[in-house]
Amino acid sequence: MALKESPSQTAGPYVHIGCLPQTAGLEPRGMGAQLGGEVPEGAVTLDLTVYDGAGEVVRDALIEIWQCSDAHQHWARQATDLNTGLARFETVKPVAEAGQAPHLLVWIVARGINLGLTTRVYFPDEDNAGDPVLGLAGKRAETLVAERTNAGYAHVIHLQGPKETVFFDV
Amino acid sequence: MPEGPFAPRDLAWHPPALYPDYRSSRLRAPQQALIAMPQTPTECTGPVFGHDALGPLDDDLIRNYAVSGQSAQGPRIIVHGRLLDEDARPVPGKLIEVWQANAGGRYRHVNDGYLAPLDDNFGGCGRCISGEDGSYSFRTILPGPYPWPNGGNNWRPAHIHFSVFGDGFAQRLITQMYFEGDPHIALCPIVQSIPSEDAIDRLVARLDMEATIPMDIRAYRFDIVLRGRAATVFENQLEGT
Repeated sequence: MALKESPSQTAGPYVHIGCLPQTAGLEPRGMGAQLGGEVPEGAVTLDLTVYDGAGEVVRDALIEIWQCSDAHQHWARQATDLNTGLARFETVKPVAEAGQAPHLLVWIVARGINLGLTTRVYFPDEDNAGDPVLGLAGKRAETLVAERTNAGYAHVIHLQGPKETVFFDV
Repeated sequence: MPEGPFAPRDLAWHPPALYPDYRSSRLRAPQQALIAMPQTPTECTGPVFGHDALGPLDDDLIRNYAVSGQSAQGPRIIVHGRLLDEDARPVPGKLIEVWQANAGGRYRHVNDGYLAPLDDNFGGCGRCISGEDGSYSFRTILPGPYPWPNGGNNWRPAHIHFSVFGDGFAQRLITQMYFEGDPHIALCPIVQSIPSEDAIDRLVARLDMEATIPMDIRAYRFDIVLRGRAATVFENQLEGT
């Protein structure tokens, strides 16, 4: 390698200014539209929340989701709500492909997170047996599987503690 | 030619998840090691953003929040450089987002209550897309240092936050750019969470008099490097073995 990757730094508590300016409180003024909120046809709801090691909900995280298959490509980003901590996504449910169970990539940055965290969300009503990535998580695989709700799915991410979510070195 | 997977990330080059002097990392750092996984199509791909996604003033923070005919307060600067990968190849067509405090060190954010005043003409949000040669550029004002709650007399060096997309999500990166000569760089636990002086130096922009426009605006140069591709074994190499 001729060069080294630029070292990561925390996104800090004001990440919204750059990535979700209306959440920060900016008026649109001379700026282009905020990115990452497009809702595809046939979307289902995925509610994500993030908890810290003290069991407090993280209210200043930025979360991005990504899925890529022949059927769907969809990227979206949401902030965890500044008051409630809920990040509500609307995305199409991914499909199984190339030997993998349906899944979403989830990427989390926030104050106190020095290098963006990559995890996955799988679905409880799919055949996840044999998924090569989920299998790597062993007994902690359940930390990667969402729950069914009336509106769609919900998933809780724990940054620390006995229920700590599996994060990947991709 | 189809691209291979990305080279492994050198985690020892980046800040550790837990850096106790940066207080916020104590309850937010995962305690389990990251689990290594093979890259699949999910990680090797990512969203694509076109110029039509941006507004015409998105790369000009001096003007993109200013009311008509006015401009943001503070020393005028150009920040420019190239988006490259570790093989020194340009990474074209990628979204670069920046955000920063104003010249007094105050963010335009509902959660920032620092006593320095807001600037009515400054929002602090900018975006651009890297060119064919990886080049990017935006105009802004020099951000101010500011105090922050970390259990002591802590001040952030002047900095600009960068969010960068690559060809695949495995390259996704958020970092911060600092300014050469700032004495707060050596004092800041967020900066010093980076393990080596060599790595820290990659985040320090240099004054660039070549690109400085006389009687108008100074320039700072800052190159951003994303993960490269894993080494490829070519067929002709195999024949020789």
